[in-house]
Parts: sequence; structure tokens; C-alpha cells
Amino acid sequence: MEASATTIAGGRSILERSPAARFPDRALKWGLTALAAAILLLIGYFFVRLIGQSQYTLSHSGLGFVFGNDWDVSRNIYRGAPLVVGTLITSAIALVIGVPVAVAAALFISELCPRRARGPLSILLDLLAAVPSVVYGLWGVFVLIPKLLPAEKWFASTFSFVPWVGGTVYGPNYFIAGLILAIMILPIVSAISREVIATVPPENKEAALALGATRWEMIRMAVLPYSRPGIIGGAMLGLGRALGETIAVVLVIGSAPTIGKSIFSQGYSLASVIANEFGEAANTQSHSSALFMAGLVLFILTLVVNVIARWFVSRGQHGRRGTGGTGIAIATPAGDAR
Amino acid sequence: MIPPPTTTATESTRVSTTSGPSEQAQATPANGSRTRNGTGHSVRIEGLHAFYGPHHVIKGLDIEFPANEVTAIIGPSGSGKSTVVRCINRMHEEIPGARAEGSVMLDQLDVYAPGVDVTAVRRLIGMVFQKPNPFPTMSIFDNVAAGLRLTGNGSRDLRDRVQASLEAVGLWNEVKHRLGEPGVGLSGGQQQRLCIARTIAVEPEVILMDEPCSALDPIATLRIEELIDELKARYTIVIVTHNMQQAARVSDTTAFMLDGERVEHAPTTEIFTTPQDERTEHYVTGKFG
Amino acid sequence: MSAVSPDTLRAFPHVSARRRNTDRAMRGVLALGTLLALIPLVLILYYLLHKGLGTWTGSLFTTDPSGAFFGNPGGIRSAIFGSLEIVGIATAIAVPIGIGVALYLTEYGGDSWFASLVRYFVDVMTGVPSIMFGLFIYIVLVISHVGGGFTAWKGSIALALLMLPIVARSAEVVLLLVPRELREAALALGAPRWRVVMRVVLPTALPGLLTGSLLAISRGMGETAPLLFTVSTAFTLTGSLGQQMNTLPVQIFSDITNPRTAVIDRAWGAALTLVALVLILNLIARAVSRRSRMA
Repeated sequence: MEASATTIAGGRSILERSPAARFPDRALKWGLTALAAAILLLIGYFFVRLIGQSQYTLSHSGLGFVFGNDWDVSRNIYRGAPLVVGTLITSAIALVIGVPVAVAAALFISELCPRRARGPLSILLDLLAAVPSVVYGLWGVFVLIPKLLPAEKWFASTFSFVPWVGGTVYGPNYFIAGLILAIMILPIVSAISREVIATVPPENKEAALALGATRWEMIRMAVLPYSRPGIIGGAMLGLGRALGETIAVVLVIGSAPTIGKSIFSQGYSLASVIANEFGEAANTQSHSSALFMAGLVLFILTLVVNVIARWFVSRGQHGRRGTGGTGIAIATPAGDAR
Repeated sequence: MIPPPTTTATESTRVSTTSGPSEQAQATPANGSRTRNGTGHSVRIEGLHAFYGPHHVIKGLDIEFPANEVTAIIGPSGSGKSTVVRCINRMHEEIPGARAEGSVMLDQLDVYAPGVDVTAVRRLIGMVFQKPNPFPTMSIFDNVAAGLRLTGNGSRDLRDRVQASLEAVGLWNEVKHRLGEPGVGLSGGQQQRLCIARTIAVEPEVILMDEPCSALDPIATLRIEELIDELKARYTIVIVTHNMQQAARVSDTTAFMLDGERVEHAPTTEIFTTPQDERTEHYVTGKFG
Repeated sequence: MSAVSPDTLRAFPHVSARRRNTDRAMRGVLALGTLLALIPLVLILYYLLHKGLGTWTGSLFTTDPSGAFFGNPGGIRSAIFGSLEIVGIATAIAVPIGIGVALYLTEYGGDSWFASLVRYFVDVMTGVPSIMFGLFIYIVLVISHVGGGFTAWKGSIALALLMLPIVARSAEVVLLLVPRELREAALALGAPRWRVVMRVVLPTALPGLLTGSLLAISRGMGETAPLLFTVSTAFTLTGSLGQQMNTLPVQIFSDITNPRTAVIDRAWGAALTLVALVLILNLIARAVSRRSRMA
């Protein structure tokens, strides 16, 4: 640089900052960038290690792990279809029970209830998410199971002609696990539904009312169609939650390594088998590898569901850009204790 | 230059009166059905008070909207024009904390009478909003049919009525080959005409328009103004506008509102050429507003 | 004339009874759904109080679990302290890093593809089941016996990983709420970016950051699965991070399957304690956020 009135020692222009002054900024920038990169690397690293630990089972059983129906610790056979099926059954029950209730509550809070009640009702619903999953388990074991057993038995005998209903009713079973999961996903599904419903343009609601629609008709015409993608996304996030729930499920599902014949049978799930058997599996490679394999399958399953869910939620955002990413702070205010 | 309003029998009087409510009552058979016999339907507001929570914004308003005429309501922002209009089809009370008292007579029937079902009122008194608001998840066809489907019309009847409505607003030829496309895919002016089609599909008696052209370009505005002129043969129209030239072009009578009160209500030419009240004169000559 | 005669009403078209009934029925259904959604919370709180309050004696909080098959089962002192310690360390790790990641996203990353990727995966991380974090640390640190087998500090790391995305996402939301004009005003005065961040952005966002951190902490306190695989459990009170340690969730978990009624009663007492802690944290978080509504 040519010497001029605006340079100082070292040939720098007075408008430049000294390398020393620039340092904190660059340090901060690169430090934080490295931190962010570390997050990505961590996820990848986890995948790699998890696959590594599952190597044994992968090479011995391969896909038979997922589709084979034989989980027998005593014979060292680990085909995990009972786990996969149990996970899917309990999650399905959770969705069937939980999503309609959550969406109904979201609609009621957003569209029907008096304004002053909105805040308190929302907070109460969100508080469900603050309850730790081990407390759900405790409550499930000592309150839900004994209290619902008579009703379940009555139901199973009255409707025994319906597939998957008749047969022996056990205390801990798929249904109880699904019911508790339904309760646990209520907060997240309803919170996301509420957020999505709030983005419905008020002018569309007004247009429906001005055409002479009743309140319900207005909801059906203007609110639900608009919110559908977002609500589906919320339901899928609830699904992701239900798939991975460990502690509450392991306490109420019965830990039976078979595919039950009815929703009132005992069963198993991917997450709960890991929690249940990892102690005794520690010294047996085939067993521990199978447990890691279960973890791998669960991880992939929840990742896929989560990715699809977020795509739905972002589709349901219709131009309302709040926060970055999906546009909604997916971490619900009260968090989601497991 | 302000063009003269269309000739009506009421030109000689300052405030037009309705053309025979007594004939209207005779036309309504005792069994309750309302027949469409060519005589229009008038709206008369008596002693209307409107509140937003504690704020008393309309204080004892009396005003009449003659049948089959276009009445414009003009006035500065905050004068209560939109509030008045929203009280006519009882949309005002949809706002939390808002309420209205008084009576709004649709011919002989008070819309605010106890026991009256608001959804029935809104069927008879349609509304077109400032911002075109077709339902985004519905096709063009479904948008127009939306109101009709509420009362469960048969599908053949539906198709005919949708077509008739779209023809009436001059959209049919533009969209007849793409009825299945989303309503929001149309241009702004087309969307507003779609909304008007949606409103007239349920065959209301009165159409309320709350600044229907303020979000549109001049050409689209002109088309809608032409449409309003055609529509008044079948409907009584009340249009709120902040655009005085539009009021002058489109309406038969104009009411000027200020601070929740009707200052003056007269045939349009008189409001703009020989306003009686000083405040009206200041407003139309642009001294404030 | 607003005479309300029966003729007037009859002459007015009515909405069909079918539509009116549907409207009423559906509104009832929605209200019912809301009621159903709230019942579990009521029931859980009721039973917690009903079965747990009775066990809240002094000895519950001042003695450790005995782990014996007979005699006094002991209290939950070591569990409470263990939870506080492990979650405390986890917070010390997760909060700064989480805020750091959020700062990267809002101040430096901008709209770059990299920032979007990070944001996306942090989002995804919030959906990862908590058992995965336990498994991860189990594989990486426990099996390989890095610094011992099951230790408390490994549990802290697992919890920190779990809390990290929660802190990061809520911090990002809060940081984005800091008005751009504020940053620009500081930058226009010639302050370097890092100073703007430290002196202007962070202080303005502080209440919101606090709220997010409190919520993450309350979440961390309630987790069981990550601790099972990393810390396991212990009976006696120990402050040492390099050993197994007792925690409330794990204590409750193991008590549930115990055949002794006295132990199960203790589980209820412990559960009530845990829920009380979590709820208090939650309520403080809400109070903080309500106090400081950023316009």
C-alpha cells in the first residue's frame, strides 16, 4: 500500500484493525463454528460406533434381526421381530388415542374457549410434558394397571369377536403401554397443533362465518384444511416420541419376548429390551450386540420419523416464518422428560 | 368531474326512503319463506350502539339503506364505517369483547331480535372483505360452492349455481377450464371477484362491501365497480370506501360518518357538490381525512 | 319496529336443526377432548400427593437408602444430592455450549448452508430418544473403561448431550428476538462484533436464555435412561464424580420393581420429590419469561 496520510506504522490504513484487535472476533467466530461442527460430527460418530457395536449381530443375523420372530436369551437367539412389532403396536395405540384428544384440545383452546382460559389451559397441558417418565411408569404400575384391569377384562370378553381383542388379559400389556404413551405425547402434539392452528389467516375464518357457517363449520372449512399438514407433522413428532420411550414402557409392557395375540397381551419394545437386559448382556457378546442392534434400529426409525415430521410441519407453516429451521420452536416450553 | 348518479325516484328528497316495506310484508307468506319477487330488500338501522369492550364507538346511529341501491359510506379512519357495516351482518360481535345494541331491520325483521340465529342472518346478508380471501386449500369451484355446501345442495344444482355465480361476476370464461385449480392462484382482482361469486352464490338479499378494492390495482378496481353497478339490480349494496372518487362513481346515495355518527346522508351528487354540513364539506374537499 | 312476535321469528329463515345439532355436538366433543387431556395430569398429581405425601418425613431426606432386604429401607438423601450434582455438572456443560451454538447460528452463521445444516440437526437431536444418549456414552466411555466403569461424570455428559439441543433451540429463538436495530446501533458505534455480542446481545436476551436453561435443567432432572447406562446407581451419599452415584430417577426406577411395600412407598415419596423439583423449576422458568416480555 502506498504511503499516505491515512496510513500508520506497518503500512496499515487507519481504517483497518490491528490483527490483535481482530483476534477476539475471529476466535469467537471460529470457536463457535467449530462447536457447531462438533455437533454434526457427534451424530455421525454415534452412528459409526453404534454400527460397530452391532457388527456381530449384523453379520450373523442381518435383516433377520428385524423380521425374525425369535428372541430367546437362553438359547442365544436374537431375532427382534417381537421388539419391532411391540414398538409399532404401542406407538400405534398411542397415536390412535393421543392424537384425536390432543387435536381436540388444541382446537378447543384456540377456537372455542374463552380467551382468559387459554393461557391456563395451555400451561396445564404443557405441564404433562414436565412429568418424568419414571413417574409415569410408577403411576402406570400401581394405579393404571390395577384400576383398568377389570375394564379391560370386560372389554376383552364383550368384544372378543374383534380381532386382537379377545384372549387373556394381562396386567402389563400393549394397551397400557400405548395408553401411557398417548398421555405422554399429548403435550407435544397439542402444542404444535395449537401453533399451527394459530397461523390460520383470520380473514379466512371471517369469510366462512360471513357465509353463514356455524362455529364448527367454520373450523371444518377454514381451520382444519389449512392446519392439516402441520397437525400431521405434530402427530409424527409425537410418534417419534412414542417410539423411543423407554422407562415408562419397560415398566408396563410386561417384557415378554413374543408377539402378543391381542392388545391386552404382554409384549416388548426396542427401547425397553435395551433397558431391561443390558445388565445381564454385558458379558455375552451375541446378546449385547443384539441389544445394540435394537438400538440401531430404533435410532434409524426415530430419525426417519423425525425428518418426515419436520418436513410436514414446515409445509404447514405457509409462509409464517418465526424462528429458523422449521419455523416453530419444536422444543415445547416445558420440555419433554423421558 | 363527478358523474351524475343514476336516476332514481328519490332524487327530489334529501334522504331516500325505502320503496314500500308494506308491499314487502305482503310478499312474505305466513309460512315464513321469503320469495324473490323482484322487489328489493332494504336495511334500516335504528339506534345502533357498538362497543369494543368499554369503548363506545357508535352512539345511537340511525341510517337507512334503500333497496336495490348502492349506498356508500365514507369518512376518515376511525369514523366507525367498518364497524357499522359489520354490525349489519352481526360480524362485529365475533371480535372478542365487542358487542352491539339496537336494531337493524332487514325489511320487517330485526336482525338483533332475541332468538335470531346469527348464521341465518349472515346467509341473508353477505360480505365482501377488504383483502380478497378465497379459501387457500380449496379450488375455484369449491370456493364458490363453499357457502352452498353448508346447506347441503345436490350436486347437479351445485354445478349450475356455481356457474351462474361465476358468470354473474364475469369470471366464468376466464376460469371455466380450470375450476379445479386453487382459488389463490388467481390474480388479486380475480380473487376478489371470486369472493364476490362466493358471496352471491348463496343468494343473499344484501351485500356488504368493506373497502373491497383497496387492495387492488386500478384496472381490477374498475372491473369490480362495473360489477357493483350490475349487481345492484338484484341486491341492496352497502359499500364502505375511503376513496371518494369511487363513492362518486359507484353509489346512488352516500353517507358521511365522523366519530361514530352519521353526519350527512344524501344522494351522491349532492354530498359531493352541495354538502349541507360543514364537516362533510371539509372532508370531501380534502381538508382532512 | 323491533317487535318480537312469534311471527317475526318464524318468518326469519333458520339454520337447519341438523346443522345446529352438529355444531353443538362437535363443540361438545372438542370440550370433552380437552377434559380428557387434562384428566391424566390431575390423576397423576392426586396419586403423587395421596401416596407420596405420607412418606415425606424427615428421615426420607436425611438418610440414604439402605439397600438391605430387611429392616429400614432408608431414605433418598443420596439420590437427591446425586441428582443435583450430576444435573448441575451437566448444566455447566450444556448451557454454555448450547448458547454458543445458538450464538453461532444467529450471529455468525446467517443463511449459510452450514448453519442451516447445524440448525436442522440440532432440531433433529431434540427428537432423539433419551436412551440413545445413554447408549452413546455407554459405548464411547463406559465399555472402553475410560476413567473407570460407571461414573457420575459420564452421566453428566450424557445428560449434557440431551440438554444441549433444548438449550440451543430455545436460545436461538430468544437471540433472534433481540431487535436487529440494537445490534446495528452498537455496530454503528464502532464496536467489534464480539463486544456487541457480549455486551449487548447476551444481556438483552438473558431472561429468555435463563428460561430456556431452566426448562432444560428440569428436563435433565427427570431423565432415567441416560443415567442407567452411564452412572448406574449407588446407595451411600458420595460427592465423588469418579464413581457410581445415586440419582432420584434411577432410585425410583429400581424401587418400583422391589417387592417390599415400604420401598414402594418410598418410591412414591421420591417421585413426589422429583416432580416437585421439576415443577418448581418449570414455574420459575415461566415466571422469569413472563416478567421479561421482550417487546
